[in-house]
Amino acid sequence: MKALFRYFSSIFSAFKSLWTGMRLTFYYLSHPKTILTQQYPENRKTLYIPEAFKGEVVLIHDENNEHGCTACRMCEMTCPNGTIKITSITEETEDGKKKKILDEWIYNLGMCTFCAQCIEACPQNAIKMQNTFEHSVYDRKELIKKLNHPGSKLKSTKKI
Amino acid sequence: MEIPKQLIPLEDTPGEFVINVGPQHPSTHGVLHLRIKLDGEKILEIEPHLGYIHRGIEKISESLGYRQSIYLTSRMDYLSAHMNNQACSLLVEKGLQIEVPDRAKAIRILMVELQRLASHQLWWGSAGLDMGAVSPFFFAFREREQILEIFEETCGTRLTMNYITPGGVMNDLHPDFVKKVKALIKQFKVNIHEYDKLLTGNIIFQKRTQNVGFLPRDLAISLGASGPVARASGISCDIRKLHPYDGYEKLDFSEIVMDKGDSFTRYLVRIEEMKQSMHIIDQLIDNIPEGDYRARVKGIIRLPEGEYYQRVETARGELGVFVVSDGNKTPYRIKYRTPNFSNLGALQYIAKDSKIGDLVAIMATLDLIIPDIDR
Ligand code: SF4
Ligand code: SF4
Repeated sequence: MKALFRYFSSIFSAFKSLWTGMRLTFYYLSHPKTILTQQYPENRKTLYIPEAFKGEVVLIHDENNEHGCTACRMCEMTCPNGTIKITSITEETEDGKKKKILDEWIYNLGMCTFCAQCIEACPQNAIKMQNTFEHSVYDRKELIKKLNHPGSKLKSTKKI
Repeated sequence: MEIPKQLIPLEDTPGEFVINVGPQHPSTHGVLHLRIKLDGEKILEIEPHLGYIHRGIEKISESLGYRQSIYLTSRMDYLSAHMNNQACSLLVEKGLQIEVPDRAKAIRILMVELQRLASHQLWWGSAGLDMGAVSPFFFAFREREQILEIFEETCGTRLTMNYITPGGVMNDLHPDFVKKVKALIKQFKVNIHEYDKLLTGNIIFQKRTQNVGFLPRDLAISLGASGPVARASGISCDIRKLHPYDGYEKLDFSEIVMDKGDSFTRYLVRIEEMKQSMHIIDQLIDNIPEGDYRARVKGIIRLPEGEYYQRVETARGELGVFVVSDGNKTPYRIKYRTPNFSNLGALQYIAKDSKIGDLVAIMATLDLIIPDIDR
């Protein structure tokens, strides 16, 4: 008799446990306000990407098309993946001194792991991480970017 | 001693046959390849084949500086990225004898415990998925998504952080951090009861995990199992308690040890650990000390000649980093003792003589991360 009772009560508690789970599932099914799924390409306008998100490396340019990079190559040496290639040209200033200036700041997005160590290493704080993330292109070559804008100059450190 | 090339022969013998699970199988969570010798439904032998996602992280690290190689460790156990980074950072700090500011220590513990929560949540969802319950997966992702958003705001990434660096952390907390973490913990304390309703109390789940996949205590010790897997077999092995680091010694939390050793116990240990993590976060979130978030460390790190070892508790067990330094700016040898590798070793003993259908349940509660096994 006792065994029979235990048998039926175990069946009953089994159904009860299934019912508990199903009730929770149905609760969320009938409460559309609790849905958290976002429809990505449709919600691009309202999408919130935090400012700190590491999307890509950019060279900071100000409104006069001037950047702060002195071509010291610290970032290139720090980068663990060889993502950065910096070429410089030597220019003669008016008073006859030789000076290295930045020619090309080449950034290979396809090889970057977004570790932000180049940002840490830069003594001039000339580069930063930007929160853009839609990087897909049709050709791999397009991922190799030149970061200094055409015609940009080194920011003059001397105050006039 | 001769090392056998193939433990399980490729041909079937009468009455027994060999099947392959993986390397691409929905229930192996990655590229784990198991060769299983069966007698009917009974498992006679299991042989894991590794190396499908071997990237040579240890070897690459030998040619990178101490600071540079840390980002690679986020790619070992990607669900415990913060802990892996922390292990390497602690090792460098030990070698250089740097004192980490109190604020950085508090931030580290907060981040690490959030990561543990996120990791266990994902495990909980996928454990349900392995056993045929689909809805837990979405419930788990609801909370995990909030944690990842918090990470995204402060660390800038969601999975492969590289946030904890030698000397402290990479950047300061986002202004909303405290508010968001509080809201999350408050919400999760309510939501964790839904976990019990959906899976813990579910009769199908219980029948599939209770009294299945026993890992005896002495076997767990000799296999070097760690983390929730070992703690479910009655071994006290929480590194946070045994060898406290980053100020865990000042916090009040308890180590979850249960001794039954079956799949369901491993499940319960992780559920309880989530509650402990929330308890730790509760203690710290209101009193994050003011001050620097990073101590000054030289640009190029050179560890003094010698051997260094540091261990931390990741979401899956004990991670050990062993470095031999010859005084140069790159390590002479670096070795990671990863928790999943040892826990995988337990699989062939646990699953022996059980049914093939139980293998999935056993693997789900072992919570293996394959990139961590292969490195
Ligand atoms: S973020 Fe890291 S991988 Fe990318 S360019 Fe900078 S240092 Fe190199
Ligand atoms: S970006 Fe910074 S670190 Fe890199 S070359 Fe320019 S100044 Fe030097």
